[in-house]
Amino acid sequence: MNKSSSLLRCRKLIQVAVFGLFRLSAAINGIALLVVVYFLVARGWRAINWTFLTQPPKEAMTEGGILPCIVGTFCLSLGAILVALPIGVASAIYLNEYARPGRLLRAIRIGINNLAGVPSVVFGLFGLAFFVVWLKMGVSVLAGSLTLGVLTLPVIIGSSEEALRSVPDTYREASLGLGATKWQTIYRVVLPAALPGILTGAILGISRAAGETAPIMFTAAVFYTPSLPTSVFDEIMALPYHIYVLATAGTEIEATRHLQYGTALVLIVLVFGLNLIAIIYRARLQRRM
Amino acid sequence: MEHSLKIKIKNLVFYYGNFKALHDISLDIYTNQVTAFIGPSGCGKSTLLRCLNRMNDLIPISRVEGRILLDNKNINDPNVDVVTLRRNVGMVFQKPNPFPKSIFENVAYGLRVNGIKDKAYIANQVEKSLIQAAIWDEVKDRINDSALGLSGGQQQRLCIARALAIEPEVVLMDEPASALDPIATQKIEELIHQLKKSYTIIIVTHNMQQAARVSDITAFFYLGKLIEKDDTETLFTKPKLQQTEDYITGRFG
Repeated sequence: MNKSSSLLRCRKLIQVAVFGLFRLSAAINGIALLVVVYFLVARGWRAINWTFLTQPPKEAMTEGGILPCIVGTFCLSLGAILVALPIGVASAIYLNEYARPGRLLRAIRIGINNLAGVPSVVFGLFGLAFFVVWLKMGVSVLAGSLTLGVLTLPVIIGSSEEALRSVPDTYREASLGLGATKWQTIYRVVLPAALPGILTGAILGISRAAGETAPIMFTAAVFYTPSLPTSVFDEIMALPYHIYVLATAGTEIEATRHLQYGTALVLIVLVFGLNLIAIIYRARLQRRM
Repeated sequence: MEHSLKIKIKNLVFYYGNFKALHDISLDIYTNQVTAFIGPSGCGKSTLLRCLNRMNDLIPISRVEGRILLDNKNINDPNVDVVTLRRNVGMVFQKPNPFPKSIFENVAYGLRVNGIKDKAYIANQVEKSLIQAAIWDEVKDRINDSALGLSGGQQQRLCIARALAIEPEVVLMDEPASALDPIATQKIEELIHQLKKSYTIIIVTHNMQQAARVSDITAFFYLGKLIEKDDTETLFTKPKLQQTEDYITGRFG
């Protein structure tokens, strides 16, 4: 009797300890984010003002604003998602709905997984060699968007496949049973049901694309240009590259610390903003179902 | 009522990979009758049902031999379009599976994918099908609400309405009431009685009372073989084979 009650206490103790461990892990995640945001806000908020957001840099980038960088990063992110989303979703549809299991499918999957593991600087060099030089796009929004798009593809394909897999087969059977073709079934039933999951992938993809530095430094971004892009063949400034430049190659690295943090803060807010739009859109889709 | 031959199954053999799931099945199915397939789990009754609208095509390793004649035309013929076949041979599944769309859009779906754009016709057909499936009164005030908000029994009747909207000739039902409570089951059974006036119905069921209540002809399957087929009344009261009697009296299965 006594023995069993002490055993019970021991089991409860283990349960409390294990749950505590899980809570701690979750808390560390939240704290890490808070610390990052705290540092950026504490050190960068002084730099944020109307001029900072609406003017190009001045005086060898020690004064003025970062408008070209904001516009540049916005264009690159948008371009990357315009490239990666259609190709990624189409690939995922092929892999999940059409391809027969076999050696070819396995090879393609291995390829995609390896693509996800390639360091981003390699994508930068690939973009330089292929898009900028070989396809003669030059250092441009187009070349940068394509490079970032390729980089984002594995993320989009992975999450889109996951989303398609989670659509129950009973939907497909019901649709085919009503005389729908395979494509009608995918377009009218499977894709709408998978769309929230696909958008989650797009969110992750766009966040990654917006923050990348290495892939754009050879393909799209330049040290300094006061003008905003007017075509996809223009070179641009971008937030992550601007931070890198200010922090490593500027003339007054110490004096521009607050500008560096301010730029980082703007980048984070921009990414959060893009995510928020996608999250709201996804929530609206889910409510409609 | 005169019952003409609708479907003739001749020496049908079906394989999942190397496993022979159906052995040399021959069976006739007549118009405006309810034919029930009964038998223990794994006896091949659902497989046979899914041969009739070629739903088994979705399984890459499956293979069919023998012939299934629908109105005297072999449905496995290479020049038969499977989409047209499924349009004429509708199906209601074991678990209610409405699309995550509105009630209206669920029923309109079959019409839309078959290229019908006339809005008045679609609206009329949706109403007619929901009335036929005995669910109109329950949903007419919330026709644009999500179908996923309906109860299981309502969802299944909606799925029946969805199948009826494109006016198929044959309706296949794969244990349509097995996931439902007794009251919803009774509604579905009453519905089947009504529907056989306009359709040829084939129903797979685990429930022998249900087969006895709703069907005109019953076929008993065991281990992929058709054991006995007769008028439902005869099969349940004077089965010819001991095996059939053992099953319907609950001695095995």
